[in-house]
Amino acid sequence: MLKVKNLHVYYGGIHALKSVTLELSPGEIVTLIGANGAGKSTSLMSISGIVQARSGEIVFEGVPINAMAPDRIFSLGIVQVPEGRRIFPGLSVTENLDMGAYLRTDRHGIKSDMDYIFTLFPRLAERRHQLGGTLSGGEQQMLAISRGLMSRPKLLLLDEPSLGLAPVLVQLIFATIERINRDNHTTILLVEQNANMALRIAHRGYVMESGSIALQDTAANLLRSEKVKQAYLGIQP
Amino acid sequence: MDSEKRPMLPLIGSEIVKSTLTALWFMFLTFPIMVIKISPLDKTIHWRWMNLVYVGAGAFFLSFLWRYFMERKVQGARADEDGGWQKRAGQRISTDRRIYLPGLIALGAFVAIFPFLFSSYQTSIMITALMYVMLGLGLNIVVGLAGLLNLGYVAFYAVGAYFFALMNHHFGLGFWFALPMAGAIAAIFGILLGFPVLRLRGDYLAIVTLGFGEIIRLILENWNDFSFGPSGIAGISRPGIMGASLTLHQHTIYLYYIMIVMVVFTMIVVGRLRNSRIGRAWIALREDEVACQAMGIDKAKTKLMAFALGATWAGFVGCIFAAKTTFINPSSFTFMESAIILSIVVLGGMGSIMGVVVGAFILILLPEYLRAFSEYRMLVFGASMVLIMVFRPQGIIGGIRQHYTFQRKPAADAGEGGDAACA
Repeated sequence: MLKVKNLHVYYGGIHALKSVTLELSPGEIVTLIGANGAGKSTSLMSISGIVQARSGEIVFEGVPINAMAPDRIFSLGIVQVPEGRRIFPGLSVTENLDMGAYLRTDRHGIKSDMDYIFTLFPRLAERRHQLGGTLSGGEQQMLAISRGLMSRPKLLLLDEPSLGLAPVLVQLIFATIERINRDNHTTILLVEQNANMALRIAHRGYVMESGSIALQDTAANLLRSEKVKQAYLGIQP
Repeated sequence: MDSEKRPMLPLIGSEIVKSTLTALWFMFLTFPIMVIKISPLDKTIHWRWMNLVYVGAGAFFLSFLWRYFMERKVQGARADEDGGWQKRAGQRISTDRRIYLPGLIALGAFVAIFPFLFSSYQTSIMITALMYVMLGLGLNIVVGLAGLLNLGYVAFYAVGAYFFALMNHHFGLGFWFALPMAGAIAAIFGILLGFPVLRLRGDYLAIVTLGFGEIIRLILENWNDFSFGPSGIAGISRPGIMGASLTLHQHTIYLYYIMIVMVVFTMIVVGRLRNSRIGRAWIALREDEVACQAMGIDKAKTKLMAFALGATWAGFVGCIFAAKTTFINPSSFTFMESAIILSIVVLGGMGSIMGVVVGAFILILLPEYLRAFSEYRMLVFGASMVLIMVFRPQGIIGGIRQHYTFQRKPAADAGEGGDAACA
């Protein structure tokens, strides 16, 4: 579905991504784990077109997308839920969701998708008229994911959905991510610091280290791998 | 006020002390200019001690009043949480048909017969105020909705005015032909300005747009062959009505009605725009640019659209301005104009249509009617702006979006702080 090959990204003189190669099949949850500054978010940003890659290629369903504008990539069905939530604080919950469906014109579809989202996150339904900025951190994260879903993406890019959330909420968010994948066969690329949680719901995983892919395997194998245990799960052998 | 029991007496005591200190400070500061009067002719010094008393009493009184209102403002914010009376009254007026319909009809009737009730001078002032309403609504698209701080808005106003003036001078083009074209030309200039500033935001954008406004003015001032330089263009024809010849008074009345129609038209269009797809994209763009891109909104197109649509209204008003005064020169299009239009938007309430209307009337009519106190005119003007900004920072009539009511849990706070309470 998505193929990333030999991707190089620079921020000015800093070589942020060094020949990153990834592959996603339809319906998969794939996680990208690694330390701070390993290039996880940059990988997502270059897939969604917000950051331009210097070389390498990104192909989505046979279409090369590395030189496309973010809005064109979005219309192909790749949606990013940015790090730090970035909901619209001055808009209400429903207005935020409406913004997610900006490119859609089918009113009924939008309505039924919104109802689906309110079954996923009943708390958002309670607060549908509240301004985004007045929601708690967890609710904002729910809203950010829901807003991403409103365009019925084929590929959902999630950037650190557990950032700054209480453990109970992290559980809830991850359970919902699994459910979204199951219900709609949405392919999900999940970037996480919380490697333990991410590997539990993912099918496969990539481990990034200072700008390149250090390891790749099935999630179950990565969870058992001594190297991952030491470096990312904080378990001493 | 509040029924809440508070220890009022010690509070008043401390307020009196603070106000007394303020008064003493003012007496000290103004001592040299208010008390000592030196007459160089008789070489005597005149001590006007009474002035000191007046300054002291005045400063004390004003300071006390200030503290009282500040206290009320704090308490008002508390009362607002369970719906202050103003909000409830506001909602009733805007939702209850029995109240707003007769009000609207009365206002409409007053507006319709206004030029017959008042003198030509009053009507003329009103036309100016209406022109600023339109300019404010236009700038409101750029600043209030899309959140792009534009300090060179007057440039588009100048483009509209000079377009009509030059076309009229060289080719005898009539007002009604020029009006839509002036809007279109201004829109093109809006896009021209928009392209280079697509990547800029906030302060940087403000500086570049400020420069753009000055460039247009300087070109008009110095390119004599094209714009006749500082001497301007005179003898611009007034709007005609099927070839009939009108007196000056009739022209004023005619222009007044044109302005009324234009303002109503602008209000409808801007109101529709705000609730449209592009309007929502603007609001989203103002809130968060990155999130906006992640939602598949074409940032460049949306921004250019805001600049172009905002500029269009300035172009219209420019054309009307040229037709009203029949003479234009670059000194009508200084930065001061941009500043006033921006003040109208900020003072009235960003993103609010009614706010801009009220703001324009206050900012244009207040200095006009304060001419009687001509020496203190700008002082009163400045003071009233400071007061409005202190007591109503969201504008006189803030954007409607700020008026959503919601049930707040006692412990829950906005943002991160609410995590624990909600989890």
